[in-house]
Amino acid sequence: MPARTGGRGLLRYLPVVPAVLLLVVFLAGPVLWAFHASFTNAGLTGRNARSPEWIGLENYLRLLVDPVFPLSLGLTVLFVLGSAVLGQNLLGLALAVLMRRARRAVSAVVGTTVVAAWVLPEIVAAFAAYAYFSRDGTLNQLLGGLGLDQPDWLYSWPMAAVVLANIWRGTAFSMLVYRAALNDMPTEVAEAAQMDGAVGWQRLAFITLPMIRGSVATNLMLITLQTLAVFTLIWVMTAGGPANASTTLPVLAYQEAFKFGDIGYGTAVASVLILLGGVFGAVYIRLLREAKR
Amino acid sequence: MRRPALKTMSLIASALIVLTACTPAAPEDRPKTLKVVYQKTDSFTALETMFQAAKQEFEAANPGVLVELQPIQGNDDDYGTKLALALRSPSTAPDVFYEDTFKVRSDVDAGYLLKLDSHLEGWGDWDKFDDGAKAAGRADDGGTYAVPLGTDTRAIWYHRKVLEAAGISVPWEPRSWQDILDTARKIKANDPSVVPFSMYAGKGTGEGTVMQGFYELLYGTGSTLYDEENKKWVVGSAGFKDSLAFLKTLYDEGLAVTPAQALDANVWKKVFGEWFPNGKLGATVEGSYAPSFWQDGGSYEWPGYEQEMGVAPFPTQDGRAPGAVSMSGGWTLAIGAGTKEPDLAFSFLSTAMSRENSLAFTLDSSQIAVRSDVADDSGYQAANPFVKDVSELVSVTRYRPATSDYPRISAAVQEATEAVITGARSPEQAAGDYDAAVTDIVGGDNTVRK
Repeated sequence: MPARTGGRGLLRYLPVVPAVLLLVVFLAGPVLWAFHASFTNAGLTGRNARSPEWIGLENYLRLLVDPVFPLSLGLTVLFVLGSAVLGQNLLGLALAVLMRRARRAVSAVVGTTVVAAWVLPEIVAAFAAYAYFSRDGTLNQLLGGLGLDQPDWLYSWPMAAVVLANIWRGTAFSMLVYRAALNDMPTEVAEAAQMDGAVGWQRLAFITLPMIRGSVATNLMLITLQTLAVFTLIWVMTAGGPANASTTLPVLAYQEAFKFGDIGYGTAVASVLILLGGVFGAVYIRLLREAKR
Repeated sequence: MRRPALKTMSLIASALIVLTACTPAAPEDRPKTLKVVYQKTDSFTALETMFQAAKQEFEAANPGVLVELQPIQGNDDDYGTKLALALRSPSTAPDVFYEDTFKVRSDVDAGYLLKLDSHLEGWGDWDKFDDGAKAAGRADDGGTYAVPLGTDTRAIWYHRKVLEAAGISVPWEPRSWQDILDTARKIKANDPSVVPFSMYAGKGTGEGTVMQGFYELLYGTGSTLYDEENKKWVVGSAGFKDSLAFLKTLYDEGLAVTPAQALDANVWKKVFGEWFPNGKLGATVEGSYAPSFWQDGGSYEWPGYEQEMGVAPFPTQDGRAPGAVSMSGGWTLAIGAGTKEPDLAFSFLSTAMSRENSLAFTLDSSQIAVRSDVADDSGYQAANPFVKDVSELVSVTRYRPATSDYPRISAAVQEATEAVITGARSPEQAAGDYDAAVTDIVGGDNTVRK
């Protein structure tokens, strides 16, 4: 009997074998390779491209003394907190809640507008954002029309510009997740709370949010990991400048590995990025577990 | 439950069979293939034209050989990255490719390039190549690894009407940095809406910052970036500080574009496409290839640019000999070290670089000829009124120190210029930062104080 169940148990996993194989080859493989390369002085060209040497922790020690690295780490956290955790998440929730109360036509128009930014391929969205924030861009023309100051956004406020651009691009995802979650909520609970005299914000804070906690955690996890990896948007808008003022970790890793041809150092930066994603992920998984309890 | 599982298994099994059937057939069954990789952009198709012509010619002359053209779309930086990635693996490495002169040495170090000496011996055309240009394809071991396609120089491009409006006689021939400042101030006094004299600075314009800007200044002070004889990088030079101070003057007095404009990676497009054609820019330092943007079929066609633009050599700091400074880059064709058909690859390279193909390419991309038989052609000399002026600069021109540390050093120079024009650091501080950065990159033993 036990042998039979064991055999069946194994057979059960057979259908997922191809998927697991693909994951190992195309996801785990590159991650492990990058991790290995971060302990070498592998280069894109030059002598170190032919025969990279094992240099142990040297790349990581270099990170510790590189003045750009702490700046870049801070900017990455700022970018994730500002554009994903606060921006996309809260705006998405607000839109989802408000759209339930709005007229069908209004909610359809708003929904389509928001989703349009998300449907655009990243490179197209990035160029649109560049055209919007650049010196002679749409934003400054609007401000000029109102007789206001026209700062050079990408130069004076590069982080604000990329954070806003990423909020614009990514809010649709949070909005869709929250709309689905709110639609699944039984209306009786909200009605009961209303009967007990709970006003709008109280119903949101004490009834709605706790009930969709699982969706909140899932959403946060997904948008955080997506935002950590954002490269194209920043690269097209500011290329990490001016003076590294918008160099997040993916941009830094790219610059080191491909612009300076130092693949070892670049992959060390990328490894730190993976680690950072792991930290965020662990926090959310805890949140999810508590939500289930 | 069992049936779907069986079905899945049989599907996987059949997929595996199909996949194994896809593995390449034995080599003798297939024609010989040469893989050719080069750059192509919306404004640069001269190479595409050249290789298409060479492919037809070569395939007709060598039946059974297939030339596979693989253009890479991207700017110089992105092209370099993609090429380097392709060269890393023997299965993706091209047989013949377009290679930047300043990457030749580090790619030879990496073992990517085939030594061409034995092939060049048997190639009659090789004698027609300019000696200076030949040096660009030579590595530290004295062997030649790349064949130059063309070269370029840098000079001051100025708008005649803008200068004349400010009462400056053309042709303008500045003899020192002071002459440049005097002229720029006059232009600004006459019309504040015009940018009088701009030079690239900051990391946004990348190599443009140093090639069309800082190096013209630095090499005119008698200082240098790299001591070729002792193979050491120069730190603590007065010329470096003076050059930064000159940029500071240009930007602080509003003689150049604003720092924000300078840091935009696309500023050069405005220089060629907007400011010069509209008479909003007095002068700037740019490459000899500038007319390729303005001529018929260029990205910013400007009928009549020949009459409105002028060119002048960039002067040394105080007029010291040789009186002018220029920087040169240029591109080559090279052969992959791992090619299975070295003889065929070289034969294709020489077809692509025949006299006719070279002439057409040189004209198409406003290059400076590196072959005497192209330079003597009447079509080349008549291509635009500036060919003679910019070609003469070859006598004073300099090349970048193309070691594998160079990209980082160049980035440190760009950072120094950015810190100065934005006012973040004084020229002395920025020069100090640069010295520290260089020492950090190459190690104290490889620097020299001059």
